[in-house]
Amino acid sequence: MSATHTTARPASAATTALSRMTALARAELTLLGRTKGALVAAVFVPLVMPVSVRAAAKDMDLAAAGLNTGTLVLPASIGFSLLFAVYSVLVGSYVVRREELVLKRLRTGELRDFEILAGSALPAVLTGLGQCLLLTAACTTLLDMSAPSAPHLVVAGVLLGLVLCAALAAATAAFTRTGESAQATPMPLMLVSMMGSGMFFPLELLPDKLASVCELLPLTPVVSLVRGGWTGDLSASDALGAVATAVAWIAIAVFAVQRRFRWEPRR
Amino acid sequence: METNEHEHVIEVTDLRRVYGGGFEAVRGIDFSVRRGEIFALLGTNGAGKTSTVELLEGLAAPADGRVRVLGHDPYTERALVRPRTGVMLQEGGFPSELTVAETARMWAGCVSGARPPAEVLALVGLESKARVRVKQLSGGQKRRLDLALALLGDPEVLFLDEPSTGLDAEGRRDTWELVSALRDGGTTVLLTTHYLEEAEHLADRLAIMHEGRIAATGTPAEVTAAQPSRITFELPEGYFVGDLPPLDELGVGGHDTDGRIVRLRTHELQRTATGLLMWAAQARVELRRLDVRSASLEEAFLGIAKEVSAERNTGSNVKEYAA
Repeated sequence: MSATHTTARPASAATTALSRMTALARAELTLLGRTKGALVAAVFVPLVMPVSVRAAAKDMDLAAAGLNTGTLVLPASIGFSLLFAVYSVLVGSYVVRREELVLKRLRTGELRDFEILAGSALPAVLTGLGQCLLLTAACTTLLDMSAPSAPHLVVAGVLLGLVLCAALAAATAAFTRTGESAQATPMPLMLVSMMGSGMFFPLELLPDKLASVCELLPLTPVVSLVRGGWTGDLSASDALGAVATAVAWIAIAVFAVQRRFRWEPRR
Repeated sequence: METNEHEHVIEVTDLRRVYGGGFEAVRGIDFSVRRGEIFALLGTNGAGKTSTVELLEGLAAPADGRVRVLGHDPYTERALVRPRTGVMLQEGGFPSELTVAETARMWAGCVSGARPPAEVLALVGLESKARVRVKQLSGGQKRRLDLALALLGDPEVLFLDEPSTGLDAEGRRDTWELVSALRDGGTTVLLTTHYLEEAEHLADRLAIMHEGRIAATGTPAEVTAAQPSRITFELPEGYFVGDLPPLDELGVGGHDTDGRIVRLRTHELQRTATGLLMWAAQARVELRRLDVRSASLEEAFLGIAKEVSAERNTGSNVKEYAA
C-alpha cells in the first residue's frame, strides 16, 4: 500500500466509506491481538463452553423435544461465540476507545459515526464468524450430525446474530460509563440469553408461557434459526417471526445508539 | 475552488454553546479568520476556547449562532468540510497499544489525499519512534504525533487546540516553526493557547477569551497598544502622592498606591517617565524600586481578565481594536 503512496499523490485519492472502515478495522484487529482479556474471551471461552452444555445435555430428555446432542450443542455454541467473542468484547472495546478519547479523535476526521462503530466492530464480527464456522465443522464431525435441512436458515441466523450482537454492544456501551463498569454491564444480557434463549436448555422443554416470553429475547431468534435450520422443524411463519424479532432488536439497538451513545467520557 | 473567493475561511457569528447541565460555555462570540492567517484564541483555562474550537471542528452543534468553515456548516455539512480540515485535539485520542506507525497508517486510511505517513512523522521529528507504542511516548511526543496526523491530509484549515502544551522549550520552538511554515504555505490556522508568548509569537490576529466571551481582538500589537504602560516606584521618605507634579499633566491615565508604592498607568510612557524623572531630579530624591514598562500582551491579558470581571454587569465589554 505504501508503495503506491511514495509516487506522486493522485488528486483523486478521496477515501470511501469502505476504505475508511477497512483502515480502522485493521487497527482494531491489531489491538484485539494485543488485549489479553479480549483475546481469551474471543478465542478460548466460546470453544470451551460447548463442552459444559454437552455435559448438561446428558440429563435432558432431548428426544421429547425432537433434538439430539448435536442440535442442542451446536446452536448453543454459536450463541456463546456471539455473546463472548462479539458482544462482550465489543462493549469493552467501545468503552475503552471512548475513555482513550479515540472515538472523539476519529470523529474529527472524515469517518462518519456509523463507520466508526462498524469499522471498530469488524474484527470481532469476523472472529465470531470464524468461530461459528469452526464450531459447525467441529460439531458435525464430532457429534455425528447430518447436514442441515435448511441451510439458509442457519446462515440467516448467524448473520443476524453477528449484526445484532454488534448493535447490542454499541447500545450497551451507550449505557456504560467507564472501562471498569464495562466488565459488568454486558452480564445481564449474557446471563439472560444463556438461560432464556435456548442455549443451556431448549425452549421446547420450558412451560409454554415462559417459552413464549423467552421467544422475544434478543438471542432467541438466532438460536431458533440455527437449530431449526438443522432440524428442519421450523415452519416458514416461525422462521419469519424469528427474523422479525431479530430485526426488531437490531432496530431498537440502533435507535438507542443514535439517542444515547456518548463519544467522549463524562467529566 | 469555489471557496477561494471567500476571503474569510472561518466565520463565527453570535456563537453560543450550552452544555447539558445548562452551563453556557460560549456566550455569543463573533470573529472571522482570513485565508492564510494564524488566528489565536487566547484565554485562561475555562475561558471557553476548547468549547469554541469543537464547534468549529463540527464535533457539536451550537446552541445558537452560526459557524462557517470554508463556506459550509461544519456540523451539518460535515462531508464537505472534513476532507479539507485537520484537527489536533487538546488531548491525544490514540489507542495506547498501537505503535506510532500503525496509528499513522490507520489515520492515513481515513484521510483523503493522505501524504505518506512516514513523511509527516519525519516532519514532526518522530521518524525514530515509528515502532514505539503510543503508551510509551512522552507527553510532548504524543502532541507531536497528534500534529502529524492533523497534517496528513494537507489541510487547508488547521485547528490546533493547545498544540504546545506539554512540550519542552525546544519542542515548542519546533512546533512554532512548523506552524509558521504552514501558514507561509497558505494554510489557515486557528489555534488555542494559554501561553501569551505563543500567541504573541505566532498569531497574525488573536482574540482574548474570558468567561465565554471575546474580551479583546486584533493583532497582538493592536491589543497590546490599547493597554496602558506602567510606571511603578516607591515614594521617597516624607513625600506624598500630592507632592508629585499634577498627574494629568504628565499624561497619567490613572494611578493607585499600595503602602508607599505608587503605580501610574499611561498611554504616553515617554512623556510620563520624563516628567516624573525631571521632578525627581529637581527635588533631589531617589525613586527606589523604579520600574518602567511598556504594555505587553501579558498585561493586556491580565488587565482584560480583571476589567471584564469588574464590568460583568455593565453590558457590552468587547473591545474591538481591529481596524
